Amino acid sequence: MEGMILSEDTTRRGGLKPFEVSLKETNLYPLRATGVVVLQVNVGRVCNQSCRHCHVEAGPQRKEIMSREVMEMCLDVVRRLNLPMVDITGGAPEMNPHYRWFVEELNSTGAQIKTRTNLTILTEAGYEDMPEFFARNRIEVIGSLPYYLESTTDRQRGEGIFKKSIDALRRLNSIGYGIDGTGLVLNLVYNPCGAYLPPSQGSIEADFKRELKRRYGVSFNNLFTLTNMPVGRFLNFLRGSNNLIPYLRRLQESFNPVAAENVMCREMVSVAWDGSLYDCDFNQMLGLKCNHGAPNHLRDFDYERIVNRKIVTGIHCYGCTAGSGSSCTGAVA
Amino acid sequence: MDTYYNPEDLSKFSSIGEDAPELWKKFSEWYGAVFSEGALSEREKALIALAVAHAIQCPYCIDAYTKASLEKGANMEQMTEAIHVASAIRGGASLVHGVQMKNITAKIGM
Repeated sequence: MEGMILSEDTTRRGGLKPFEVSLKETNLYPLRATGVVVLQVNVGRVCNQSCRHCHVEAGPQRKEIMSREVMEMCLDVVRRLNLPMVDITGGAPEMNPHYRWFVEELNSTGAQIKTRTNLTILTEAGYEDMPEFFARNRIEVIGSLPYYLESTTDRQRGEGIFKKSIDALRRLNSIGYGIDGTGLVLNLVYNPCGAYLPPSQGSIEADFKRELKRRYGVSFNNLFTLTNMPVGRFLNFLRGSNNLIPYLRRLQESFNPVAAENVMCREMVSVAWDGSLYDCDFNQMLGLKCNHGAPNHLRDFDYERIVNRKIVTGIHCYGCTAGSGSSCTGAVA
Repeated sequence: MDTYYNPEDLSKFSSIGEDAPELWKKFSEWYGAVFSEGALSEREKALIALAVAHAIQCPYCIDAYTKASLEKGANMEQMTEAIHVASAIRGGASLVHGVQMKNITAKIGM
């Protein structure tokens, strides 16, 4: 477990303040959920890419994939509780063999659907018609594009990824995604290419819009800035490059109580490929299931015990509370 | 002391205030105000600071303003151009003094 999770020893050696202490100092302890607005479903860890920062450590070799039975349990929860939003993530969610069926079934519940895509999968054989499938189901597309420069993006995500991503964005634009007036929403996700915090969302979004339009003729709706979490491959990078302690200190010294108050875990539940429940996708990758009396599997999903649950926190949580904060929909403060 | 420059020392900057707290307080407030968004954006100010850091060759400042530039959304192209601006001014400043050399040569020469 030491390899995956930041231990108390790391906290001590780094002279770091436990996250729970920062919460107590700002009257936010214990951090509790305030509702269930979003069911985030991680449909598997298989991916056509192996990005250097990926907290899921996703890749072509991964075997974890959500079965149709677990998806049916998700659908049952969404229907039963009339949940307003479902956020599908992975891996590359499109590579789950039941993905299209799942999206269509979700659509029939009336929930708003968001799907996260690495963009390049849309250029692979067998997935070329995916943009039309997205559009038919009127789902919001959230594409990963860490930067508008090829060299920066490829350094993080692999050689050739940027060009493929631009091809995919042009395809999405060509059917109306990211184009004003179509109602087809295309949002992009930025994350830093290294051990530093993201810039202000507004300023970098303006850069992305200007440069992607000028250089590639690409349009999109909103840019979400995400902080790299000290989890998975990014944690390995931090350790291997001796950046771990300085980066954790940077996160801790940037603790923002407003961001902490608005962290995404307070309004969402994260479902793993096997139906386990977590407070967020990061806790999922760390194996930290919902706890403190809340159910930790879909089969036991009980709204009353979920809705006000105490969130499972750790030193990695500073990643979501630093500066302007970080969530699956970008900055929160 | 193995070296005059130790990266850990940057985080001890505020210890300078221990023996002159009022001056440190005034400096800190002024410093913070200088780098906040104004007629120039925070990113532009970070890039200016990065360029100046290279001109005065301060390792602490280079460390701090490389990170600050990245966190304000600058990229390597912009940061490298900023350093070229500093270098051009330093190089140009040396070269333009060549006019003094020419003046003196002209004055004492036959």
